[in-house]
Amino acid sequence: MILASGEMFLDNPVFHGRLWDATAETLLMMVFTTLAVAAFGLPLGVLLHSVSPKGLTPAAPVYRVISLIVDFGRSIPFIILMIALIPFTRFVVGSALGWQATVVPLAVGAIPFFARLVQNALREVDSGKVEAVQMMGASKGHITYHVLIREALPGIVGALTVTVVTLISYTAMAGTIGGGGLGALAIDYGYRRYQSDTMVACIVLLVALVALVQWIGDTVVRKIDHR
Amino acid sequence: MIELRAVSKVYPGGVTALDSVDLSIGAGEIHGIVGRSGAGKSTLIRCLTGLDPATSGEITIDGVNLGTARGAALMKARRKIGMVFQHVNLLDSRTAEKNIAHPLEVAGVPAAERKRRVDELLELVGLSDRRKNYPAQLSGGQKQRVGIARALAAEPRVLLCDEPTSALDSATTRQILSLIRSLRDRLGITVVIITHEMSVVREICDSVSLLSEGRIERSGPLLEVIQDTGSPLSKELISLPPTAHLQADATIVEALVAAEGGLADVGELFALLGRHGFSAQVAAGTIETIQGRQVGRLHFTPGDRDEAERMAAVLREAGVHAELTTAATVQREDAARQEDNEAHDGRDGQEGGAR
Ligand SMILES: Nc1ncnc2c1ncn2[C@@H]1O[C@H](COP(=O)(O)OP(=O)(O)OP(=O)(O)O)[C@@H](O)[C@H]1O
Ligand SMILES: [Mg+2]
Repeated sequence: MILASGEMFLDNPVFHGRLWDATAETLLMMVFTTLAVAAFGLPLGVLLHSVSPKGLTPAAPVYRVISLIVDFGRSIPFIILMIALIPFTRFVVGSALGWQATVVPLAVGAIPFFARLVQNALREVDSGKVEAVQMMGASKGHITYHVLIREALPGIVGALTVTVVTLISYTAMAGTIGGGGLGALAIDYGYRRYQSDTMVACIVLLVALVALVQWIGDTVVRKIDHR
Repeated sequence: MIELRAVSKVYPGGVTALDSVDLSIGAGEIHGIVGRSGAGKSTLIRCLTGLDPATSGEITIDGVNLGTARGAALMKARRKIGMVFQHVNLLDSRTAEKNIAHPLEVAGVPAAERKRRVDELLELVGLSDRRKNYPAQLSGGQKQRVGIARALAAEPRVLLCDEPTSALDSATTRQILSLIRSLRDRLGITVVIITHEMSVVREICDSVSLLSEGRIERSGPLLEVIQDTGSPLSKELISLPPTAHLQADATIVEALVAAEGGLADVGELFALLGRHGFSAQVAAGTIETIQGRQVGRLHFTPGDRDEAERMAAVLREAGVHAELTTAATVQREDAARQEDNEAHDGRDGQEGGAR
């Protein structure tokens, strides 16, 4: 690889500004997307499970419609989703560029993915536990919150961890079309300007980020899992 | 207290699990339901609670029809029912005390009152020192006891138990049974126990039903059912150890001492035989005390057919049920029962393994 200049790593001006800005942007993307995914994906997953044939309020037609929408969302490749959503993104954040704009397609892509994982986790809850609490004369709301979600929580947190780790690689992809963050930096400097040191730094930071997210996820699961 | 009229349950796919079941269980009674694997016992209890609706017929508990109740009415009716599940079904995310407090939370009992009740119940089931443990940190018997405490927390009028002791050793089983009985004695609750252990029925049931292929084969007060001497249920309840050591063609006199017009106890039976000059050869015998009354089933092996017939005549004269049979017949019955029990244990084992 040909270097654009002789200044490497700490001598490279990128390391004194843009690298940290990009890291901060990636972190912000992750945090906001994670919040959106948890806020919308969890209820969607719970809804999917409730109306499914084994749920508390089975409703086959509703289930089929929601399933179809969720699978539709999951089947579109992220890069295409990003471009297709540009008008919507402009409407929501007022721009189609920068990290704020990336949060929108990231969330839209990850919400159905996470919702399916939540549904799976809820399905794993032993129906005997649900019946035991039904016999106490509990409402469906109580059972959903205190039995299904609470008993599946370790699984749900694990699913969120998987989702967030996947998101990290998507933020990098978003960088190719002006999404900001470490992905954009790696493209702009590492690829277009042949700065292999910037590329290495981006990779190291992304790997560290994934490891951090996984560690947080595992720690939380350990705290709440009493099985 | 519990009334079933012509209750049938046909599962989708065409399995008739219950076939026009009539059953009446009085308030304050402990009623046992026994039957082979697949007889419909669990189905019966699921229909009782409305967890699975009956296909037809009428079920009422304390005057409420649980088959047709919906929404708030069903929730209210269920709060008067405590249920102990075969697989306990505790919530893994809650400690023992939180599991026991759960029905009280659902019923909206204030926290202070809740704590008082939970302390009491933990004391009752002997787990006060385990209150902060999660189910994963408890043994099978301890979990089952938490399950029983939970079923009793909201002071139900009816306690339904599906194989509450099948996972327990005999000492813990006895503890739990005496707990259930003392609760009935103190609070007058009505109890239904599903079990495949005849010892459980003998130990605490006032009345018993035998379910077979979805039908009630026999139902009644325990002593009455046992006194129905030749019936399969009577044989199950007062069963004898296997007699594999006998020759197949040996003649056996089977005698059942179960009072009511007959001899008061087994001792009198031996005295009677002695007076008539029989030197009794006992091949097998079971003596139990049920509801304060001695009940015994004995197999005698007289020298020949002739002596057997005379012996049976003497016994019948004295009001004791006696019948002639052969070792081959008895051995065949033993084998059949053995197979049945193995089918049951095998199933339990599989279910346990899947967990
Ligand atoms: N959900 C179901 N769908 C279809 N058939 C069922 C269902 N549940 C039970 N059955 C059938 O109904 C019959 C009665 O089952 P049930 O579980 O009540 O038996 P049981 O007496 O409790 O047996 P065990 O002693 O083995 O627990 C069986 O033939 C069983 O195969
Ligand atoms: Mg059963």
